[in-house]
Amino acid sequence: MGKEQLSIVANRKNKSVVEKAAEVIFTGCGLLAVLAVISITGYMVISGAPALFQVGITDILFGTVWAPAAEVPSFGILYVILTSIVGTFMAILIGVPIGLFTAIFLAEVAPPKLAATVRPAVELLAGIPSVIYGLLGILLLNPLMYKLERMIFAGSPDHQFTGGANLISAVLVLALMILPTVVNISESALRAVPAHLKSASLALGATQMQTIFHVILPAAKSGIMAAIVLGCGRAIGEAMAITLVSGSSVNFPLPFNSVRFLTTAIVAEMSYAEGLHRQVLFTIGLVLFAFIMFINVVLTRIFRKGEATND
Amino acid sequence: MTDGMVSEVRLPASVENSLYHKKIRVGDQVLRGLIYLAAIIAMAILVGIMGYVFVRGIPQVNWEFLSTVQSARKGTFGILGNIVNTLYIIVLTLIIAVPVGVGSAIYLNEYAKPGRLVKSIEFTTEILSGIPSIIFGLFGMVIFGTVLKLGYSVLTGSFTLTLMVLPLITRNTQEALRTVPDSYRSGALGIGATKWYMIRTILLPSAAPGILTGIILSVGRIVGESAALLFTAGSGFLLPRGLFSKLFESSGTLTIQLYLCMQKAKYDQAFGIAVVLLVIVLGINLLARFVTKKFGTKK
Repeated sequence: MGKEQLSIVANRKNKSVVEKAAEVIFTGCGLLAVLAVISITGYMVISGAPALFQVGITDILFGTVWAPAAEVPSFGILYVILTSIVGTFMAILIGVPIGLFTAIFLAEVAPPKLAATVRPAVELLAGIPSVIYGLLGILLLNPLMYKLERMIFAGSPDHQFTGGANLISAVLVLALMILPTVVNISESALRAVPAHLKSASLALGATQMQTIFHVILPAAKSGIMAAIVLGCGRAIGEAMAITLVSGSSVNFPLPFNSVRFLTTAIVAEMSYAEGLHRQVLFTIGLVLFAFIMFINVVLTRIFRKGEATND
Repeated sequence: MTDGMVSEVRLPASVENSLYHKKIRVGDQVLRGLIYLAAIIAMAILVGIMGYVFVRGIPQVNWEFLSTVQSARKGTFGILGNIVNTLYIIVLTLIIAVPVGVGSAIYLNEYAKPGRLVKSIEFTTEILSGIPSIIFGLFGMVIFGTVLKLGYSVLTGSFTLTLMVLPLITRNTQEALRTVPDSYRSGALGIGATKWYMIRTILLPSAAPGILTGIILSVGRIVGESAALLFTAGSGFLLPRGLFSKLFESSGTLTIQLYLCMQKAKYDQAFGIAVVLLVIVLGINLLARFVTKKFGTKK
């Protein structure tokens, strides 16, 4: 027998090579996520910035006229940005209360068996492809909105009728789509509240509802905030469900106006845009990306704060 | 209790507000009602969506719908091409994303020492899962489509989706690896296994259910994805002529075809596709639940 094979410090070349290779490969896999985010960020800036300077920052961001195909083209996207902000805000306003109360239902109120049927249903809601939400929006919401529109604006000749493809329809679809996110995250936040807080509250004679709304909800605050912020992220980034539901002309975001969101502006025109017009669409992408990054930063803040208070 | 006296319950004061005659709090009842209402709304929405799609869509689904390709000449419509495209994109995406995602999780859990690098990998993975799919679409369209000259093709689509599902696989694998007891690791290393041998024969088999859950969730994400594919995989609907030539051809998935039908106001066909999609999504959900139940890992 060779000496090396007996020794505990034997140096078996091929094994150590495999070991090293494995480590290097796994490290590479890990770094891919970093690389992807860096290159996406870099790419969004590089492709979105030129138009910003070519047209003029204020002309793009604060201009209100969107006429890319006109003889003297104008690329103001203020209304598009406002629509995304207002639309997201309204969707949160509708979706969060329903989502939060459903989460309370699942975590605190429902008997376990009932919760076990409602929870998979909510999860399924998250799995439905966004185009299907869009399809139902067109066929169910839009006609309804059209009826409402005709009732409200019956006497006003100034109003441009949209056939029901308006901001409200899009907001309702968005509210639906953020529901599963809000329910899931808030439910786990509610469940993470230490049981002794709840027992103490109940033992002091508080009713179940008092316990939920005065003890458990405040204790789960940071998790619920995270749910809301994540909901914002989903709503502002959703594209396909609302392209056809929201109408597609650039207007000030009033409830019954046909509007265009940041995402739908890209989807609607990317296939045929050329030159400066195409570059401006990338600028819209950059604006959207900036919003998402802002939301991410807020989110990490919330989580860090939550960790700090839990310790 | 003083406010007990004002209540209208005609009982001797000694019985009021006892354990058997609880004071009825209107506020509490209202809140309870709202909580139930919210849950009912959530359920009603799901039932409504499923019901409406199935009622309108099932009459559209027949053998010809599932087994042919749409043809303007014959005036027929079928989605076989789109089904094949969807499968192509799922398989190719998983082939790339699973090794990378699992590798990344192994690095984070087994090799890396806590520090800056781990934090930045975890942070970027988090960001990657928050980026909207339309941005992935823009990125993929230019980087893979134009710079790598792949155009509208299965490859472009799959590369783009790989970035999208990577966080799902990494996170699920990581959680599965965390649940493997440390004694397994020290046991294997203690009897002389090398680290890679230990990972290959002890950790990966123990973490398999978690990895499987990640894969199933990724398939769900890919099937439902549309915005990231519209500008990357394109909208072709033909059957592949060769196993590999398909990789370079424009290939619309089911969701893209549904969107195109919607745009042309062909709602009947759209509902037919919607039924197929919902059945797939339902199947994936059941499968994921089955896996988590059977192997007892929590999501």
